[in-house]
Amino acid sequence: MDALDLARWQFAITTVYHFIFVPLTIGLAPLVAGMQTAWVVTGNERWLRLTKFFGKLLLINFALGVVTGIVQEFQFGMTWSEYSRFVGDVFGAPLAIEALAAFFVESVFLGVWIFGWDRVSKKVHLACIWALAVATNLSAFFILAANSWMQHPVGAVYNPETGRAEMSSIGEVLTNSTLWAAYPHAIAAAFLTAGTFVAGIATWWMVRLVRTRRPEAVATAREVYRPAVLVGVVTILVAGVGVAVSGDVQGKLMFEQQPGKMASAEALCEGEEAAAFSVLTVGDLGAGCDGVRHLVTIPGLASYLGTGHFSGPESYLPGVADVQEAYSERYGDLTAAGEPVTYTPPLEITYWSFRLMIGLAGFSAALAVAALWFTRKGRVSDNLWLSRLAVAAIPAPFLASSFGWIFTEVGRQPWVVAPNPTGIDQIRLLTERGVSTAVPPGMVLASMVTFTLVYGVLAVVWFRLMRRYAVEGAPDVVHDESPEARAEDADDADRPLSFAY
Amino acid sequence: MDLAVLWFVIIAVLWTGYLVLEGFDFGVGMLMSVLPRGRADQREKERRLLVNTIGPVWDGNEVWLITAAGATFAAFPEWYATLFSGFYLPLLAILVALIGRAVAFEYRGKIADAGWARRCDLAIQVGSWVPAVLWGVVLANLVRGVALDADHQYVGGLWALLNPFALLGGLATLTLFLLHGAVFVALKTDGEIRARARGHAQVLSVLAAVVAGGWVLWAQVAYSATWTWGAVALAAAALAGVAVTNRAGREGWAFTLSAAAIVAAVVLIFGSMFPAVMPGIDGGESLTIAEAASTPYTLRILTWVAVALTPLVVLYQSWTYWVFRRRLTTDHIPAPAGLTWQKIKDAAF
Ligand code: HDD
Ligand code: HEM
Ligand code: HEM
Repeated sequence: MDALDLARWQFAITTVYHFIFVPLTIGLAPLVAGMQTAWVVTGNERWLRLTKFFGKLLLINFALGVVTGIVQEFQFGMTWSEYSRFVGDVFGAPLAIEALAAFFVESVFLGVWIFGWDRVSKKVHLACIWALAVATNLSAFFILAANSWMQHPVGAVYNPETGRAEMSSIGEVLTNSTLWAAYPHAIAAAFLTAGTFVAGIATWWMVRLVRTRRPEAVATAREVYRPAVLVGVVTILVAGVGVAVSGDVQGKLMFEQQPGKMASAEALCEGEEAAAFSVLTVGDLGAGCDGVRHLVTIPGLASYLGTGHFSGPESYLPGVADVQEAYSERYGDLTAAGEPVTYTPPLEITYWSFRLMIGLAGFSAALAVAALWFTRKGRVSDNLWLSRLAVAAIPAPFLASSFGWIFTEVGRQPWVVAPNPTGIDQIRLLTERGVSTAVPPGMVLASMVTFTLVYGVLAVVWFRLMRRYAVEGAPDVVHDESPEARAEDADDADRPLSFAY
Repeated sequence: MDLAVLWFVIIAVLWTGYLVLEGFDFGVGMLMSVLPRGRADQREKERRLLVNTIGPVWDGNEVWLITAAGATFAAFPEWYATLFSGFYLPLLAILVALIGRAVAFEYRGKIADAGWARRCDLAIQVGSWVPAVLWGVVLANLVRGVALDADHQYVGGLWALLNPFALLGGLATLTLFLLHGAVFVALKTDGEIRARARGHAQVLSVLAAVVAGGWVLWAQVAYSATWTWGAVALAAAALAGVAVTNRAGREGWAFTLSAAAIVAAVVLIFGSMFPAVMPGIDGGESLTIAEAASTPYTLRILTWVAVALTPLVVLYQSWTYWVFRRRLTTDHIPAPAGLTWQKIKDAAF
């Protein structure tokens, strides 16, 4: 393997890993903030118990999001220095803004939230978790602005002297159509992830408690966990619609902006009208188009996803071969070895990751429907199958999000900055030209192995902690620790910390 | 002032914020193996006390680094690209150290187990010692200059980074951060550990004066312009002041002065690089501010953002230091709230 392959593997491993934690943080922070708001407003202790419970899980997760994020930021310079030189003038700005506008807010107010239960007033403490929730969602916006620019460069000009892209309009970069489709989609996916997480854990707990048949346990199931199930289920339903609607918009944009990605998502070899959406394909996708046979298909759906038409001339989707021909003619790039570039991403990855992204959402949907049914009209349930489904559904949206990114990023290949068909042709960069030239393969190998090992260990620790703290359940007794609730005479200076490491 | 020069100054300010703030939390991390005394359970309590002095703030401190790196990417893409790819292995080591440290802070108390706490403490210490030295090595190399080719690629190799000047630079940041950490502990705690921290600070102030002072002089004489003698003087005065104020028990002043010593060092470092962002070695190819900078348009946008947001950041970050201003003692440390190892292991889900 050369430095390029290693750098790609390293980026793929570290980024997918970062994005295990990200969607849960983005979705769960607002849900916990909502629970705490419910407590402050209603004074009902159940919401404080849930806040503490899911808040702890949020913190365990957040830590890994932070540490893996720093690696991401350094990596552009370390292994993708030529990419950074080319795009820095445009791409760096959202990253810098993200740090100033979002990361500071996240980290500072999270510190106050964790340690400050008894230090700041109830309202200020509540404001801290909301600051965290807003900031995580804001950070997603800026990083997706950067990523969307790689998918669809706008607001930039090419400087032939330096050979670099230069920003001409921050407004255009931040109003990129790709961004405004990807942002709702990624956020909806994050809420789907968090909703499934909350619904899954709360359902499991509800069933567990009802099965004990002890009256006080059943009461807890009814009073504490059932409301949490509903919070999760409503989140799933709203986010699920959001994911589908925004994904549909993305499909249309992708058809205009990256026709090759659309064709390879469908493993469509030749252009067609009324192209079907294939659910199952046999044959060797890895060998390219020729071996493909679509087994189960839904007529016209692929065309609809791309063009908004099920049939007729407007429903024409170009195939992989058409895109290859058009791109060769327009760009005609050569690889480092001097051969013409293949403008097709690896079909087996794009085809399957696209289907897995969509299909895995089925688990969340099933959980939502089942949980609604079993908790209808104030009921609680002891159904073991419901509890099994709840646990099985939890990982599904994490996986779906990963596959979504794998599709988006792999589908962009061979580009790291895909050319904008209605933009400036020179603003495009092949992935192979973005890699650092000053870094020998041995070093990239060393870092890739190091990150993989460190991340592997952390994954085990994270998973065990998450699982065990979920099984531990919401605390039985909670105190209102806020300064307002404290007796006048309590001596402030001698009181132990409300929370300590 | 030219916008590119302004951004050079802003990057220097971000590094100052980072080194002054994370400098003391590195120091506290390193002192975890040194300061605690007494029986095993007392030592454990003191170690927890130390972690909790920085618990609510270390993450916000680290974001100064993230912002410095992001701002370098945005304002000086060539600098970001050359520096990060050229200093690959030191940065890799720093990243791994920071990962282990942060995870150990957050997860240490999640499992109530002596072995687990020991492992986390190891991660915190390695994670504090390694960057405390390596940031000095990295910055000293920027002062000394590095081998670049005509395309601004670093061509010096790994071993060239480990020259005597850079290694002494590493020891300089190490001693400064140890001192800064000790002074911080004296400021933030009460009881026996406060007295011990002051004792350590006394010794460390001499050590830092010799090591960091020596490096600062070397840097000034060998690599810098005349005006940075001002920074050298400030560093010397600040370090002397730490010794005096610490002995007098004026902990707030001692902390302010150890911070001032770090500020002076950063001024010297960036002052000596100017007008390059990566000076060449022995008069070779260098990368200048002008060559590395983004376009005026991008810099203008960044300036607006920085002007609007930086004061806010400083404001709310200072507020958190105010919220957590109370001195801590071992009596404030509650019983461990983590789950036992056995429970973690036999989770049934
Ligand atoms: C859609 C959302 C999203 C995406 C695509 C990424 N991140 Fe991220 N990142 C977040 C959403 C996020 C977050 C939710 O805001 C995190 C997760 C946990 C946290 O602390 O913030 C975060 C943390 C985080 C941090 C630590 C912040 C801190 O200390 O508070 C850094 C430096 C980055 N990220 C950088 C990156 C880079 C360079 C990415 C590009 C490859 C990237 N992230 C992809
Ligand atoms: C967080 C979710 C993301 C995931 C899971 C993800 C996934 C991937 C994967 C799998 C690759 C490797 C593709 C290949 O080599 O064939 C890749 C490459 C890359 N991605 Fe992403 N990506 C994510 C977000 C981003 C974002 C937000 C950016 C930019 C801000 C980005 C920038 C890049 C770059 C520079 C490469 C390297 C070139 C390449 O190998 O294709 N990615 N990503
Ligand atoms: C009806 C279902 C869905 C459709 C039609 C859909 C469509 C799409 C499309 C077309 C893209 C690629 C955008 C591009 O590369 O330009 C995408 C990306 C992505 N999808 Fe989906 N998707 C669906 C469901 C889901 C689900 C259930 C999840 C996760 C829970 C998810 C998570 C993602 C993520 C994280 C990305 C990458 C980031 C982005 O580009 O927004 N998607 N989706």
